[in-house]
This record gives sequence, structure tokens and C-alpha cells, in this order.
Amino acid sequence: MSTQLLKVSGISKSFPGVQALKDVQFELNRGEVLTLVGENGAGKSSLMKILSGIYSKDSGNIVLEGTEVEIDSPKAAQALGISIIHQEMNLMPHLTVAQNIYIGREPRTGLFVRARALNQRATELLTRLGIDLDPRELIENLTVAKQQMVEIAKALSFDAKVLIMDEPTSALTEAETETLFNLIEGLKASGTGIIYISHRMDELRRLSDRVTVLRDGAYIGTLDKADIDIPTIIEMMVGRHIEEGARPEARQHAHDDVVLKVEGLNTRHLLKDISFELRRGEILGFAGLMGAGRTEVARAIIGADPSEGTLIHIDGKPVKISQPSEAVAHGVGYLSEDRKLFGLLLEQDVNTNILLASLADYTNRFGFVNTEKGKRKSRDYVKALRIKTPSIHATTKNLSGGNQQKVVIAKWLARDCDILIFDEPTRGIDVGAKEEIYRLLNELVAQGKSIIMISSELPEVLRLSHRIVVMAGGRITGVLNNEDASQAKIMDYATRMGDEKEQ
Amino acid sequence: MNATPVTEKSPLRKPDGRTAGSTRSFLRAKLQQSLAFATLVVLLAFFSLANDAFFTWSNISGILLSTAVIGILALGTTFVIITGGIDLSIGTGMTLASVMTGIFLVNMQLPLVVGVLGGIATGALMGFINGFNIAVLRLPPFIATLAMMLIAQGLALVISGVRPIYFSSVQGFRDIALGTFIPGLPNAVLILFLLAAVAYLVLSKTILGRYTFAIGSNEEATRLSGVDTRKWKIMIYTVAGLFTGIAGVVIASRLNSAQPQLGAGYELQAIAAVIIGGTSLLGGRGSIMGTLIGALIMSVLINGLRIMSIQTEWQNVVVGAVILVAVFTDALRQRRAGS
Repeated sequence: MSTQLLKVSGISKSFPGVQALKDVQFELNRGEVLTLVGENGAGKSSLMKILSGIYSKDSGNIVLEGTEVEIDSPKAAQALGISIIHQEMNLMPHLTVAQNIYIGREPRTGLFVRARALNQRATELLTRLGIDLDPRELIENLTVAKQQMVEIAKALSFDAKVLIMDEPTSALTEAETETLFNLIEGLKASGTGIIYISHRMDELRRLSDRVTVLRDGAYIGTLDKADIDIPTIIEMMVGRHIEEGARPEARQHAHDDVVLKVEGLNTRHLLKDISFELRRGEILGFAGLMGAGRTEVARAIIGADPSEGTLIHIDGKPVKISQPSEAVAHGVGYLSEDRKLFGLLLEQDVNTNILLASLADYTNRFGFVNTEKGKRKSRDYVKALRIKTPSIHATTKNLSGGNQQKVVIAKWLARDCDILIFDEPTRGIDVGAKEEIYRLLNELVAQGKSIIMISSELPEVLRLSHRIVVMAGGRITGVLNNEDASQAKIMDYATRMGDEKEQ
Repeated sequence: MNATPVTEKSPLRKPDGRTAGSTRSFLRAKLQQSLAFATLVVLLAFFSLANDAFFTWSNISGILLSTAVIGILALGTTFVIITGGIDLSIGTGMTLASVMTGIFLVNMQLPLVVGVLGGIATGALMGFINGFNIAVLRLPPFIATLAMMLIAQGLALVISGVRPIYFSSVQGFRDIALGTFIPGLPNAVLILFLLAAVAYLVLSKTILGRYTFAIGSNEEATRLSGVDTRKWKIMIYTVAGLFTGIAGVVIASRLNSAQPQLGAGYELQAIAAVIIGGTSLLGGRGSIMGTLIGALIMSVLINGLRIMSIQTEWQNVVVGAVILVAVFTDALRQRRAGS
């Protein structure tokens, strides 16, 4: 029996204006984990969507167990034994585990679902997979990790030969990740081929039998287990040798005025005793894994979410902030990690978005807005930040991610906030635009503004931050000066459980 | 909209940053209005040809008069719908406002101006309470205003003792709606147009208008931008309440009585007018001009069908069908623009 399970070659796919995949290939054997890596936009997701029948390919071949197959719908993929577990959960919270696993395939008598048979079937499946779950439990009562297990059980209930997992551990704790890895080992042993997408290098080394690297929609290469070496992989991913030395410019306002002091911030569910200081002209990085609570800290500070026992001093004076409008009045602006959901009015024009936070400055006492003055200001910012847009009246939705981010930044510059909290400022932005955002952040602190930058990309944190706050499990586990920080050190703090805080 | 629409379209303006893209989006915004406007013109032409009695000044002025109350309600509710909300309390709220006007003027015999302002204030107060319940207590607009609709209906009946209050004794009250400040044009129509002008200015030129669109486009992003969305939502619902109060006074004046049983169902007609006028129920998009045209389309339809001796029962069927067509056309246009 041949060990080759799946062979994909010459896959191309383009969307209007973008070549997402160019002549991509890879092979998957029985009982192995093939890890697929690449930067954002490298084409991993598009490729997986083609395999699972969500997108149709423009050209190329997919050979499953020696026969060429056409996958033209998610149903066809399932029938062939290809299952995918998406990054975002697709479970219905108000249904039970069993109902979710067999949705659309319930054992029935006429119109009636045979509940007992359904639960029976789910129990058998879960037992076989070694997952300890009650099939009658509602999804909403489960932890994220358990929900993830249900997703996996659901995927395997189709007798999957190929299982695709898209960043399955992004929301899991260490212990939960361990459980997942054990499950994966079990699946390997039973001959399932697993395509695993991950950004986490530690996982990659631990799990992978082979690693395939994509970059800009093209196949770069595959490494066998013996050759897996993190620097090599990173170099393949980014296409150049990373200068591990890129570090921030020295602070130009090197005095130690504390502009923002946060003490004893707690939230009911996650954050415990968050205290830190932000100094004038400083970029304070916030690092940590997903779910560590960094965004929650930002939202609590600006009063977007409730917090308990928090003391906030701005420029040495105690302030009370219970609404974002109060934060802005005190000169604190928050740039959300999700521009589309929390940052922009996508259907409105660039002008409206740039002026949103500072509209009162262009309004006379009768409430009338001085449109011309506002537009002049918008145009100034479009020019200063080099926002690429046909005009300030273009709909914001039509701008690229980088330019949308600049619109958000322009909005806060127009408001002239002294403290800016950037949450993942370069997420979903291409490399060139990233550099521009970095330059902008540096310019802002050079002008004496102070920045908190939350970022999941360690090179970014190291490159920009003068000091780095590391969080894990809702607590601050360490504060590092840039000179003392390294990726390894940050990861070390970021993976500590909240209670082993270093003194 | 912009202050200088003519130059906006001109390709000569391109050097200062305007390009085809902005002109297109400008035209697209205009299209829905012109679509509604074209519908109105077609309807007018059709009924004029179908029946000689239609295009006479007395009939046209009748149509305008019958548009006034629904139109005023629709103007106020346009603001609410642009925020992505809904106000179901405007119909019976209007009734309560007219009953209170009756109480102030007839029972308490207060001066005309005071009674009228009292009636309007009743509407504004209801709007304020709606806004508070929605913005601060975070009730869904549908629920909050449904409750207010029932409360207003009940209060109107209780306060009036389920009897109409007649204004025959109140000097000059009837002139509010039926006087002719401009000869041949009932004042109610004048009020509608004046209010439309005010609403247009507020929606397009003031910070309240800008925030109305902003909240409707993305409330959370607006809030995170430091806009006190609670305060502004309360103001927006209060504005809708103000218009409700004015509609209450106008309808009382027109009927020369406060009819406590009237009013239910007016809210849906007003909402229909807003939607026919191209305002999106999803929020973020809409215009006063569209609402005015939408209200006129409804009145013209009903009047025309009546003149053609079509049974009342069928009139609603036709109006319903028009709403479907209007919204479907709009959705079609949106989908095309999206792809």
C-alpha cells in the first residue's frame, strides 16, 4: 500500500486584482502531520478553501489515493473524506454536542429525530477519539478547547482521511493544547493525514513530520523532519534573511515623565491586578499570546468595558474613565485591532472617518459643521500620511487594508490625543505599508506623544518598543527593557501561567 | 449631501482631488432619490391620464394635506432609522400628544401657544424616554418603542376618557393646519415643507446629523472614537418625539378634535414612506428628500386609487406591493454596487 494520500500540483487561483495562488504543490502521506506555514496573505487559507470545496481552483490537479478528483463543493469534499476545521468556530451554541456533530445528518424516523440514537452515535465517536465529553451538553457551556474538540469530532465523523486544521491552538491554553496534541498523535496512528496550519514555531517543531512553506501565493519548498530548523523556515517565509537586530530608535524625550499610570485593574472574567506606567515619548509594547488579555486591558482603560478597582493617573492627576468619550476627553485614543468592526465606518467616505473623533472642533455653537474647514483638514492628513485614495470622498470600504489603517490613524491625529493605544496596528497589512506605519509610530513618539502598542508579532514588538509588557492568562508576567529583551525571553514570559509571576 | 452639487459632478474639479470614484458614489447616492422621484412622476402622469379629476389644484392640495401628518412623522423617524433603530411609538404617541393638547387647551384652558407647546413637549418627552431606554438601559429599539406605543395608546384613552376632545371653543386652533398663510395652500402643508427644510439642514449640516449617520454605520466604532453615543441617541429619539408632538398638534387641528382611538398604524405608514424614500433599515444611509418623496408616493397612490374608484381594501394591497418593489429595487442596486 502506497503511503501517499493526497497529491496537489499546479494549483492556481486568482481573484479580481489578486493572484492568490500560483502553481502551488504539496503532498500528504498517510499518518503524518504536514504543517503549512507562510505569512498573512501567503495563500494558505485560499489553498485550504480549494481543498475543502469552498473556492474552485482556476487550474491544477488534486489526486486523492491515486485518482484525480474534482472538489466543487464542501459536500463533495466531505464525501471524499476531506474535512476542515476552521479558525473561527462554526458551532451552534444553543445545540448540544451530539446535535452539532450530526447536524443535517440526524438519524430520523420521518420528521422526528431519534434523539437516543443520535446521542448513542455521538458517544461512540467521542469514545473512539478518546474525548471526554457528554454528548448532551450544550456547546455554550463548554470551554473554547472543548468546543475545538467537538469541531474535530465533527470533522472526523465524516470518516475523514484528510483533516485540515487552521490554527487550532490559537485560543487554547497550554494544557488544552496538550490534549489536542495527544488527539492528533492518535489520529496519526490510525492513518489520517493531517494538514496543520500554524504560526507558532514551537508547535511546528513538535508536531510536524514535514513543513511546506508558501510565500505570496507560491510554493517555496518542503522540509523533512530532520531538516526542520526555525531560522531556515522563517527565512523561507519572509524571503530574506531577518536581521535580528532591528531595534527602536532612542527616545528623543528621554526624561521619565509618567503620562499614564494604571494601578490595580481587574475585570470580572480575565484581568488580574494590572499595573503599569507609560512614559512620555515612549512606545510601550504589549506582548502575549492570544487570549492573554492585552486587548481587554486597552478596552478597560478607555472605559469601553467595565473594570473594577482601577486607578488611572494621567499626567499625574487621578482621572475617572467610564466611557470612551471620557478617555478621549483626557487625550487617550484607542485604535482597535479590528478596523472593520471597531475602527471604521466602512460605508462612509474617508472624510467622514478622518473627522469622526474631532467633529466638535469644526462645529459652531449652533451645531453646524464647517464642512470646508473639515475637508481641508482631511486633505492635509491624506497628504501627510500618504493615504492612497482617489479622493477624500471615496468610500472607505474600497481602500486597501494599509490605507484604511492610515485613515484610522489620521482620525486620532486629527483629535490630537497625547496617548495612543494601537492594537495590532499592522494586522492584515502588506509589508510595504507596515514599514510606513512603523515610521509613523516613530514620528509620533518623536513629537512627544506616548504609545501603547499591542502586537502579536514579536519582531514588531522588539523593533518598535522601548519597553515591553508581557502578559499571560490575564496578568502581567514581566516587563522588559528593550535592551534585555529577545523573542525567546518574551515567549518565556508569555507562556507562563498567570500565577508564576517573576519578581 | 454637499453644498455645491453642481461642481461636484463637474469633471473640471478633478485636479483638487475629486475623481471619477467620488462622482460615481455621489451619483449612486442620488440614484435612489431619482428612482423614487421618477416613480412619483410616473404615478402623477398615470393618474392624470386615467382621470381628469386628478390633476386639479383642489385634488393636489388635498393630496398634500393628507401627506402632512404621515410626512411629519416620517421626517422624525428618518433620523431614528438612519441610526439603525426603529420607532413604533410615533403613531399612538401622536395621539397622546393630540389628547394632551386637548387637555391643555380645552380642559385647562391654557393659552393657545402654551397648549400647543405642551402637546409638542409631550411628544418630545416620549422620545426622550425611548432614547433613555434604548441608549442607557440598552433595550432593543423595537421592544422599547413597542412598549411606548402601548403605553401611549393606553394613556391617550385613559386621559381622554375614551372620548374625543373637541377644540371648537379654542380660537384659532383650526387655523394651525387649515388656515392658509399662503393662499390656496393649507398651513399643514406649509408646516410639512418647513419641517422638511429644517430636518434637511439638521441631518446634512449639523453634528447631530453627522453622528446620526455615524451611529447607523458602525455604532461601536463611533463610540470608540470618543463620541458619547448614549447622549446622541437620546437626542435623536427626542428629535423623533418632537416631530411626533408636532404631528399630534397638526392632526388635532385638522380634525378640530383629539381622537383617542386614532393613530395606531400611522407609524407603519410613516416607516413605509421612509423606506420607499431609500433610507436603509440597516442604518447609515438615508435622506430627508427621499422621505418626503416616499410620503408623497404613498398619498398619491391612495388618492389616485380612490379617484379611480378602487375599493379601499385594495388600496392597502397596492401600497404593500409598492413597498416590496421599492425595497427590492434598492436591494438589487445595492447588490450590484457591492459586487
